[in-house]
Amino acid sequence: MSTENTELTPAARLFASDLSVVNVGLAMFDADIAAQDAKVSTLDWTPPGGGNPEAARALDALERPELAARIEAANAEAVERIMAARPMLIGFGRALDVVPGMTPTTILHSGPPIAWEDMNGPMKGAVTGAIVFEGLAKDLDEAAEVAASGRITFKPCHEADSVGSMAGVTSASMYVHIVKNETHGNIAYTNLSEQMAKILRMGANDQSVIDRLVWMRDVFGPMLKEAVEFTGPVDLRLLLSQALHMGDECHNRNGAGTLLLFQALAPGLLQSSFTTEQKKEVFDFVASSDYFSGPTWMAMAKAALDAANGVADSTIVTTMARNGVEFGIRVAGLPGQWFTGPAQKVIGPMFAGYKPEDSGLDIGDSAITETYGFGGFAMSAAPAIVALVGGTVAEAMGYTRDMGEITTAQNPNVTIPALDFQGLPTGIDVRKVLDTGILPIINTAIAHKDAGIGMIGAGITHPPAEVFTKAATALAAALA
Amino acid sequence: MSITAVVRKNTYFDSVSLMSVSTKANGLDGVDQAFTAMGTEMNKGVLENLGLLTDELRAAESGDLMIVLVAEDGADTEALLAEIEDLLTRKAPASADGGEVTYRTIASAAAGIDGANLAVIAVNGAYAAREARKALESGLHVMMFSDNVAVEDEIALKNLAHDKGLFMMGPDCGTAIINNTALCFGNKVRPGSIGIVAASGTGSQEVSVRVHALGGGISQLIGTGGRDLSEQVGGIMMVDGIRALAADPATDVIVLVSKPPAASVEKKVLAEVAAAGKPVVVWFIDGSEEAVTAAGGHFAAGSLQAARKAVELAGVEGSPVEEFDAEAAADAVVSRLAEGQKYVRGLFCGGTLCDETMYAVRDAGLDVWSNIQKNADFRLPAGSASRGHTFLDFGDDDFTNGRPHPMIDPALRIERIVEEAKDPEVAAIVMDFVLGFGSHEDPVGTTLPAIEEAQRIAKDAGRHLEIVAYVLGTDLDTPSVAAQSAALRAAGVTVTPSSTETGRFAREIAKKAQA
Repeated sequence: MSTENTELTPAARLFASDLSVVNVGLAMFDADIAAQDAKVSTLDWTPPGGGNPEAARALDALERPELAARIEAANAEAVERIMAARPMLIGFGRALDVVPGMTPTTILHSGPPIAWEDMNGPMKGAVTGAIVFEGLAKDLDEAAEVAASGRITFKPCHEADSVGSMAGVTSASMYVHIVKNETHGNIAYTNLSEQMAKILRMGANDQSVIDRLVWMRDVFGPMLKEAVEFTGPVDLRLLLSQALHMGDECHNRNGAGTLLLFQALAPGLLQSSFTTEQKKEVFDFVASSDYFSGPTWMAMAKAALDAANGVADSTIVTTMARNGVEFGIRVAGLPGQWFTGPAQKVIGPMFAGYKPEDSGLDIGDSAITETYGFGGFAMSAAPAIVALVGGTVAEAMGYTRDMGEITTAQNPNVTIPALDFQGLPTGIDVRKVLDTGILPIINTAIAHKDAGIGMIGAGITHPPAEVFTKAATALAAALA
Repeated sequence: MSITAVVRKNTYFDSVSLMSVSTKANGLDGVDQAFTAMGTEMNKGVLENLGLLTDELRAAESGDLMIVLVAEDGADTEALLAEIEDLLTRKAPASADGGEVTYRTIASAAAGIDGANLAVIAVNGAYAAREARKALESGLHVMMFSDNVAVEDEIALKNLAHDKGLFMMGPDCGTAIINNTALCFGNKVRPGSIGIVAASGTGSQEVSVRVHALGGGISQLIGTGGRDLSEQVGGIMMVDGIRALAADPATDVIVLVSKPPAASVEKKVLAEVAAAGKPVVVWFIDGSEEAVTAAGGHFAAGSLQAARKAVELAGVEGSPVEEFDAEAAADAVVSRLAEGQKYVRGLFCGGTLCDETMYAVRDAGLDVWSNIQKNADFRLPAGSASRGHTFLDFGDDDFTNGRPHPMIDPALRIERIVEEAKDPEVAAIVMDFVLGFGSHEDPVGTTLPAIEEAQRIAKDAGRHLEIVAYVLGTDLDTPSVAAQSAALRAAGVTVTPSSTETGRFAREIAKKAQA
């Protein structure tokens, strides 16, 4: 035993320092230790995998040292790809012309794959509305028959390089954003914001909804397409970063982002070939809702996350999406595979006149924003939105900190001023979600459960824990 | 039902705040429906859908706040509107100061808290090993309170800790004192120069308390876990603990406490005793004096002897302690017993306290039954009735399965006191009360009604039932040992001054009553 050594042993260092205890489990020990004037901090602890033994087994397999080292390296590469991605808005175009695999009878929807008969009210409403809009049926009743006839190809947006908010319904003649990841070359698509509450993506489908879609197809979309031809590509990561500094979390709160995006596009819109009257319609339409930039950030996130798909051995989540019935995730190391569980309720304030029992379950591809690291993950950037959870600014800070516990890195390109410019918590790790019992937090809208009504509120939700258990189990089987 | 609409010009609120206010406003008594929103086209569209869009509201612009109230019949509209306005201006609660950070994982706490150096882990046994591993990997020493941890996990954790030079205290030994701070179950004792390494929770509490009573003090108390000296675990932590205290300049004397170690482990530990370079007192219950002395250690046959030896070796000027003549006291008890009263029943919450008393009786050549008997012929499962001299450790797994430790919740033992009193063969009930951090805030107070009932049962049957109590604690504990002892004495209970003397008293009663 050598004690002459100048380097203190950990035990000697402990005896020579003030005791500072991390207390896990029993709160009464916290009080006892504090009463003796020692430092103590009690964890807000939950069992790994929500106490699910299958999850614990999968975690144990993934934590074997040799495999863990491989996973660490793979995850480092996956998050590097996500953070290095530079998504540029390079144009707008008709889905039929630009989205891979699109046909006149293809209808994309949000979330994991789902058959027509299994869709919920809002998605059915959106699908039938889109069929009428495409001229594939004369009215909604006939549209339902067409939808059930087998003549329509239903496909998740995510399987067509796309994302769609809420029902995500995207049909051939709708205009979409074209966002190219300049770093890795992949492209992502998403359709345009319909701005109002009573809209197709929320399941509304009356004549006013169809009329608006027609106008978007004939005026709004083509004018945006021309605008970008004048302005040139728009750097979306830069705008996202600015918007977060201006108080958006860019999922439910988009005021600043919409201004920034519109500012970037306005000169191009003015130079377009449309009449002044039409330009005014477009300007008024953009001004009618803060949400104009919402879909744009979704495509931006999709373009970045897709760059991580296929990184072998990675346990990083690249997709979180819901179809109103099921919540699905996909992970970088098992490209293309969905892991699903039941979609959850969204808890939050509702428009007057509606009650919680009116709400449809969690729906939409918009959780791609949280998958990238903003939205609910960046709640601390948008103190104004804490009312969404009836909470405090301190709690908003806590949400971002919690998300840091289940992610791999902090994105230096997109930062949060209130947290000393800490980067977005980036790269959700399936292992960490199970280990900590912390589920990703998602800010989202609430659609009425029935077709034809639309948005009735907004709030917060989480994925079901089982999707992470399933993913970890599959990863353990594939990688071990 | 009345509908009231108010438009407040140029008043901006964020839409999300307004939805939140709407939700709260809808919960007010007398409100049928309430709606607060900016006068945007979208919000006006919603109002139109609801049939609430008046001309005044139709004229509202996007910078105007709309408040629409549909009140129930007879409700005071003015008051309700005032309440809604109040919701709009209500400030966030004072707790929103962004002050304290709550961590969710050990790794993040270890990284985020400057100077964090030890983790106390008291989660369900199924998860405890995993958390301990994370703590050790994060560079924290570990005190594991949890029990039901697999021995394989314990070995892996202790090897990991050993490789990193960290302490892995526990599992299944809830006592430690590090830098004068008691962790989990522990007593407030004077700081001093005596270091303890112990595989027994209450055993080490008893030694620390007796050292304190004798005027000495504790430098560190390292709890190794009850299985540390088993063949499987091999004394990994006791060896590391001895080495740490041997290197600690604040420690002059080391005391080791354990149940009998496995033979190979005893050899290994005693080799460390020889190499420590400091006096080491060894109290291994039922241990061999010869082996200890041969290793250059100081043998102790009981907790009191261990404490006395340590204080003496530390050169501490001893404090006067209470004298207790067990033999004379036992004579007085036996003279009051009725015909047929011959057995002692021990009801303990401290495992080592139970052991020490039980062994004292057994060493007099008497048969003793217990749930922690090593001899299977005399083992008594938790559910069985007592027989002969019975000593029960209520802190053992069969009693604690699914319930808190009896030092926290003495309910099971309380029932048993009354049950034992009904047995005409019982001469004395012996029990311990453990004070200090982690323990029940008034163990005596909560047990006294049962003691009084037991005394009444015996009296009504024409018997004297001797109740013997040992209170483990110091004058610095809350409640203090003096206060708890006084309450017991007032109820006619004989209070013994140490665990060793409790055993001696129980032995004398058993011997004399059975004779």
